Amino acid sequence: MTADERKELELFSARMRRWIIEGVYNAKCGHPGGSLSCTDLICYLYNRELNVDPADPDNPERDRFVLSKGHCAPALYSALGLRGFFDVEEMKNLRKIGSFLQGHPCKAITPGIDMSTGSLGQGISTSVGMAMAGKLDNKDYRVFSILGDGEMQEGEVWEALMSAAHYKLDNLCAFLDNNGLQIDGKVDDVMSLGDIKAKTEAFGWNTVVIDGHNFDEIEGALKAFHENKGSGKPFFVIAKTHKGRGVSYMTDDPSWHGCAPKEDKYLIAVEELDAKIKELEG
Amino acid sequence: MSKMATREAYGRTLQEIGSDERVVVFDADLAGSTNTGKFKAVFPERHFDMGIAEANMVAAAAGMATCGKIAFVSSFAMFASERACEQIRNSVCYPNLNVKVCATHAGITVGEDGASHQCLEDLAIMRALPNMTVLCPADAASARYAVKAAYENDGPFYVRLARLATDSFYGDFGSEVDFKIGKALQIKDGTDVTIIACGYMVEQAYEAVSILEAEGISARLLDMHTIKPIDVEAIVKASRETGCIVTCEEHSIVGGLGGAVAEALVENAPCPMLRVGVNDVFGRSGTPAELMAAYHLTGFDIAEKCKQVIALKKA
Repeated sequence: MTADERKELELFSARMRRWIIEGVYNAKCGHPGGSLSCTDLICYLYNRELNVDPADPDNPERDRFVLSKGHCAPALYSALGLRGFFDVEEMKNLRKIGSFLQGHPCKAITPGIDMSTGSLGQGISTSVGMAMAGKLDNKDYRVFSILGDGEMQEGEVWEALMSAAHYKLDNLCAFLDNNGLQIDGKVDDVMSLGDIKAKTEAFGWNTVVIDGHNFDEIEGALKAFHENKGSGKPFFVIAKTHKGRGVSYMTDDPSWHGCAPKEDKYLIAVEELDAKIKELEG
Repeated sequence: MSKMATREAYGRTLQEIGSDERVVVFDADLAGSTNTGKFKAVFPERHFDMGIAEANMVAAAAGMATCGKIAFVSSFAMFASERACEQIRNSVCYPNLNVKVCATHAGITVGEDGASHQCLEDLAIMRALPNMTVLCPADAASARYAVKAAYENDGPFYVRLARLATDSFYGDFGSEVDFKIGKALQIKDGTDVTIIACGYMVEQAYEAVSILEAEGISARLLDMHTIKPIDVEAIVKASRETGCIVTCEEHSIVGGLGGAVAEALVENAPCPMLRVGVNDVFGRSGTPAELMAAYHLTGFDIAEKCKQVIALKKA
């Protein structure tokens, strides 16, 4: 990746974060913390990895993306809006009555959403089904999914991991947005996950660990996923992230999991993100 | 005519529709019992055993359905409808996907396995879900049509199937049946009372009709194979023409066929109505025949209920 390409991604991410804050602020509710932690992953996927076309969002040959941690919809909506799946200005109507931007992703009404999610654990299972369909039909498309670390506590996730290995889904790449925090506090205090790398590997996946905010490392993980094709093993990326990344006072603070900023805090976030955007545009 | 379980009819019908390459079948380690094994024998590449993990099975089927597949999903009714209930709601019904939950071993007639395996709540739960169509066929011939209806019509379906072999009302498996979603089949006309039954209880209700006939009571018998959308027209007609109704289901009296009929009746053409079903209790081990007697689900019980409801009409 060239420096210019990296800068372009950083700018897209900054704009995503700005829209996440705008959406959640206007909605007066939502999940900024986790949205900001998976922003860079989604940014990279929608700019450099996914074979998707805003003009033809239902193309059967497209890559699939399932946001298994559906509460981080603002991050996905921002990327889709900025990529032209719909007018990004709709973010101002996030969670409002009549908007197609529901509190959690809704496949039926939002262009570019491959699966309705929100109930944790189900997105990774539906991703498994999509990857199985790809194998059955000998299609080249890949399936990408992002899980939350709190979500890993759902038993269904482990059922899904087991089935992905059983059906040799090397066309499936799951990211763990490993920010270490969930609603009630630290994941390790609420219900520790133990050694996720060892556990996913024991479940038959090939697993790598990266810095989920470093585009070069995200690129490296996806390169490894490409090389993983033919291995017969699904691919797991543990992305070490920070909840609330990009907004100073939200960073690593679990209280911003499901809480919108009031005007004073909103203005601080806007100032920080606008400065970042200006700096990157300059 | 020979007896056949509706679950066997399901397996055979899957073989018929399996020539359509969009059809995929999921099972959770019960392919022999649910009869999806019959599909597997012919189309092994499109049969997926997901192990004993029903939640993942249902959601994975939903994922496949987003890729243009018509996904049939099977397990015992207990686990299909209740273990995976939320997956059916959020990953199947909410996105309105082509997933057909065909649940076998429903009701008390599972028998000796006891209460943990006797699913008595599935009709109530499944019919509460938006976008869901709920079918409960009475015999093998109509079960074939129910499965084909699920195959031919877009969207989520729940098809309730039984373990026990049942009498045929519409001929042997493969016979032509005038099966339309949401339209009850009238097995016998009558003037004094209407018995509305579904699934295995149609057989018991048929016996009740004979018992009543011997006593000079003329009972109409409706096979309400579609629980949702319920046939309001047939219910209103029954109310107007026979003046009272008894519902029969191998299910809790809470929220199932009786609930659906009562809702339609009260809103459109109220008349006395009584329900035959499991009276808001868990089942227990026993032979199917012993359990049917213990929980007052036999033809004799239905006939008695009919006499009670006729008395209410006169009161």
